Amino acid sequence: MVKEAEVPSPAQTSSRNRSKPDKPFMGNLALKCPKCKEMLVGRDWEKNLKVCPRCSFHFKLSAYERIELLTDADSFVELDSDIVSVDPLKFVVRSQVYTSKLREESENVGLNEAVVIGHATIEELPLALAVMDFNFIGGSMGSAVGEKITLAIELGIEKNIPVLISSTSGGARMQEGLYSLMQMAKTAAALSKLAEAKLPYFSLLTDPTTGGVTASFALLGDVILAEPGALICFAGPRVIEGFMHVKLPEGAVTSEFMLQHGMIDMVVHRRDLRQTLGRLLRFYAKVEVTGETRINQETR
Amino acid sequence: MAYDLEFERPLAELEKKITGLQRKGDRLKHDEHLQLQDAERELRRRTEEIYSRLTAWQTVLVARHKDRPYSADYIRLICDDFFELHGDRAFGDDHAIITGPAKFDGQTVMLVCHQKGRDTKEKQLHNLGMPNPEGYRKAARTMQQAEKFGYPVICLIDTPAAFPGLGAEERGQAQAIAANLYLMSRLRVPIIAVVIGEGGSGGALAISIADRILMLEFSIYSVAPPEAAANILWRDTAFAPQAAEAMRISARELKEIDLIDELIVEPLGGAHHNYRAAADNLKATLIKQLADLQQVPVDELLARRYQKFRNIGKFGRASE
Repeated sequence: MVKEAEVPSPAQTSSRNRSKPDKPFMGNLALKCPKCKEMLVGRDWEKNLKVCPRCSFHFKLSAYERIELLTDADSFVELDSDIVSVDPLKFVVRSQVYTSKLREESENVGLNEAVVIGHATIEELPLALAVMDFNFIGGSMGSAVGEKITLAIELGIEKNIPVLISSTSGGARMQEGLYSLMQMAKTAAALSKLAEAKLPYFSLLTDPTTGGVTASFALLGDVILAEPGALICFAGPRVIEGFMHVKLPEGAVTSEFMLQHGMIDMVVHRRDLRQTLGRLLRFYAKVEVTGETRINQETR
Repeated sequence: MAYDLEFERPLAELEKKITGLQRKGDRLKHDEHLQLQDAERELRRRTEEIYSRLTAWQTVLVARHKDRPYSADYIRLICDDFFELHGDRAFGDDHAIITGPAKFDGQTVMLVCHQKGRDTKEKQLHNLGMPNPEGYRKAARTMQQAEKFGYPVICLIDTPAAFPGLGAEERGQAQAIAANLYLMSRLRVPIIAVVIGEGGSGGALAISIADRILMLEFSIYSVAPPEAAANILWRDTAFAPQAAEAMRISARELKEIDLIDELIVEPLGGAHHNYRAAADNLKATLIKQLADLQQVPVDELLARRYQKFRNIGKFGRASE
């Protein structure tokens, strides 16, 4: 594959909270593409937005890396970052209590929860956004994630701006039991309020988006985009294979599969995401656009 | 109905003794007659004792009991008439969900229910009560119809989970579930959901967004089937009993943390020991709840329904 065009400024500084304290020299850091087994030079790979230049495999991004990728520089204002999970069921797995698991994840990942919310601009158009992070307990949705997603949607309603949710999740968080399941209902209901306010909701699916997140807000977008090759499903391939005693064909339950079966609108390469979202905003956003990009002149 | 679960063994023994004595009929001697009365009293006492302190896993076993009344049984016992509607008008008809108008306590209601099967043939037909997307879309269709005609919706929940198959994924299982959550959160008629057996994850939630969420005493409602949760958290399905315990899935525990509105008492030894009594309890509760909801103006009803789900969740603020 040819060298990628150097569109949106690559996530050079990477996530701000993931503190691998300033290593002076990262040049020789190499890694292997899990798909095509190509050896990649760390620096080139980062420059290429963490996409394998050979096979286009999209590596996972942290929430902050993705925010940097998608939004205009320095436009993001984070909100409600202090919301944390609690342990309503006093949940214990293999003698580890849930609260200590949360503390451990929080320290390792540098996030308070599996989603970051706030507002920002994309190509100078404002929007509310929620960006999930798979590193925090597999991006699973418990009460705190459900609340933050709902707050992001309510922010859109309050400020009269579109909403973007970037999903990546293993599903509902088991440790919060039925509270987690009910977050699916809560977020879906919040989206119906957004619809009442006639505001658009863009859903971006990234690898992997599964389970309760797929079966609630992720697939309720007015426009649904996905990164190439992302696992997108309700029941994961291992669950299906285990239950049905079959081997799934290559490429089943991925972005391309979902596009083919009419579940999503578009598969978008990472380097094109910002422009695509900018374009969509110019179609759907209520605000009047100035300058040569004046397309949507709908008056409220 | 026999006591056939592992933890019911003492009950089964007593029952055996009782049937043995009963079989003698008229030939029963005086002391044997007293023995019979004692054994019956003892059986009642032990059953009450065991069932008042079921573990989470024992509750799972009762909720999944093969003789436990299914939706069709309750429909037969609580409704005067039921007209089943079929098909999602797009792909097919899913027998894991049965739906249609019913005459209930003098009015027309829309029933939307999971249906399991008892013998192999029935299990196959109803796909073990695990709906495919077309089942949820059929439910959406009839619920929209209920909205059009102003019929309240009653959902009976009894599914292990939504069906995990490649076909289900192709036809949009996640989308079908999500769409129902969205639809039900703003459906302009009263909705009551009752978990009568297994309330398994998204497969149950997809027809459970309701103004009132009720549970039969020995039913379960969980974020994932205990086996699946054990697989995720312990990497071993053998830990299902531990997962069941940890997730708090019984009606009593869920009522304690206010995630459900009401617990409906079951007859001694579980609903499968007395279909009629179980159905009567269910019917009485439904009549009461429905009357309550039908007094509320619809805009108010929707506002309350929204707040009900908006407020679910326990979280904190980092103290920094």
